[in-house]
Amino acid sequence: MQTFDLEAQGLRELNSTLHAQVKETNQTSWEVINPKGSHAIAVGLDAPIEVNIKGSTGYYCGGMNKQATINVLGSAGPGTAENMMSGKVVIDGDASQYAGATGHGGLLVIKGNASSRCGISMKGINIVVHGNIGHMSAFMAQSGNLVVCGDAGDALGDSCYEARLFVRGSVKSLGADCEEKEMRPEHLEILKELLAEADSDAKPEEFKRYGSARNLYNFDVDNAAAY
Amino acid sequence: MCGIVGLFLKDKSLEPELGMMLSDMLVTMTDRGPDSAGIAIYGNDEKSSGKITIQSDNPDENFKNLDKEISTITGTPVSLKIKSTHAVLDVETSSIPAVRKALKEVRPSVRIMSAGDTIEIYKEVGLPKDVAARFDVSKMSGTHGIGHTRMATESAVTTMGAHPFSTGNDQCLVHNGSLSNHNSLRRKLRREGVHIETENDTEVGAAYLTYKMQQGSTLGEALESSLDDLDGFFTFLVGTKDGFGVVRDPIACKPAVMAETDQYVAFGSEYRALVNLPGIEEARVWEPEPATVYFWTH
Repeated sequence: MQTFDLEAQGLRELNSTLHAQVKETNQTSWEVINPKGSHAIAVGLDAPIEVNIKGSTGYYCGGMNKQATINVLGSAGPGTAENMMSGKVVIDGDASQYAGATGHGGLLVIKGNASSRCGISMKGINIVVHGNIGHMSAFMAQSGNLVVCGDAGDALGDSCYEARLFVRGSVKSLGADCEEKEMRPEHLEILKELLAEADSDAKPEEFKRYGSARNLYNFDVDNAAAY
Repeated sequence: MCGIVGLFLKDKSLEPELGMMLSDMLVTMTDRGPDSAGIAIYGNDEKSSGKITIQSDNPDENFKNLDKEISTITGTPVSLKIKSTHAVLDVETSSIPAVRKALKEVRPSVRIMSAGDTIEIYKEVGLPKDVAARFDVSKMSGTHGIGHTRMATESAVTTMGAHPFSTGNDQCLVHNGSLSNHNSLRRKLRREGVHIETENDTEVGAAYLTYKMQQGSTLGEALESSLDDLDGFFTFLVGTKDGFGVVRDPIACKPAVMAETDQYVAFGSEYRALVNLPGIEEARVWEPEPATVYFWTH
């Protein structure tokens, strides 16, 4: 395992070292010490490596990730795993605003709570939050799955497209054009897989599914005057 | 952007280090706002009765013999401690209004930063490290304090546009965000006789809270009503003689992190500001909820 002291060696050195790892690298296991809330840790990785960050991170940790597994052994600041393409990011503690925003793929696991705007504009990423999520989560969410084992805040799924939203606890309010939907066997199957992958012992049957009522994004001639 | 920090000490043994810890926290937040910086410290000197912090761009001339002149006019003891462009007038709390009046007569160009029993405010244009060094903040002791580093949006980069803003005895406010209804609210408050000095949005927020408390609200109630009456983005950190409070607008896009241990409650715009505090690894760290008032008192 390679150990990298962020305080001593600096952020640019860390990210360029991690970027230099290729698919066939033998250095597959990395440990980052002294993160101390720094911004943009392990951003833009593109290799099947594992990075363990020993402490809390600041803005944009794990952004644009491809292939890599990034574990934050602490809490994460705003924009964690923003625009992730593939791979896995796991936050042991809480995550701040807009975790997983615009993500195209991969899995983001938050073992604590996520703050507001979790999964905003998600485009295929899967997000599993063991705790609660804040207001305006999954705003304009296009595809992928957002799984919340706790409660959701105000305006869940406002103006969402085809993302699937699963919540086990209460939903404070649904956003515009978001509605509760029927839970079909294929949804239970998706939930089962995601919960297992995210190390959650919640049962798929305990969740409710929410999604787009599809009234807002389809053109309706009766609404022509509103455009 | 802007960066905010705050530290409320529960453990008295940390009080001599308040200034050092708070300036270290503020310096960490420098890249959130390099325009100007300020710090409010609530001192713990039991011999001191009341104090007024003043500022002048021409301190050599304006602070010379000022204590004697004010003392002669008011007939009360006044002592003066100069720190760069700022000075602290030590006075009896009961004579603060008379001293303010006398100050206006003898030195109309001198600005009042704060007044009260324990508060001192130091703020200037420049980087947090320079402002902290200029006023020797790291040597100051106290019970609690708040700091701000500014990236200006709503008014000019000047000493008077820097935070914290103090609009009432021992009260102060720092703000990350921008208020959109500050002009109309300023007009309303001025009509009610509230003194507002600058065109800055945050000063209106501070004056609003002072006004509400003058009308009988507690700080908690004043912060609650700010959620209805203030429009815009804000994360506020408010200091009073006994403690500090935090409130964020319902959208809550301006960041905030808090940490609490048996020794202190700390606030930072980012977790980075808190990493050097003692025992932070074991602290309870959380993000304050939107539209929720938090308050700690001694």
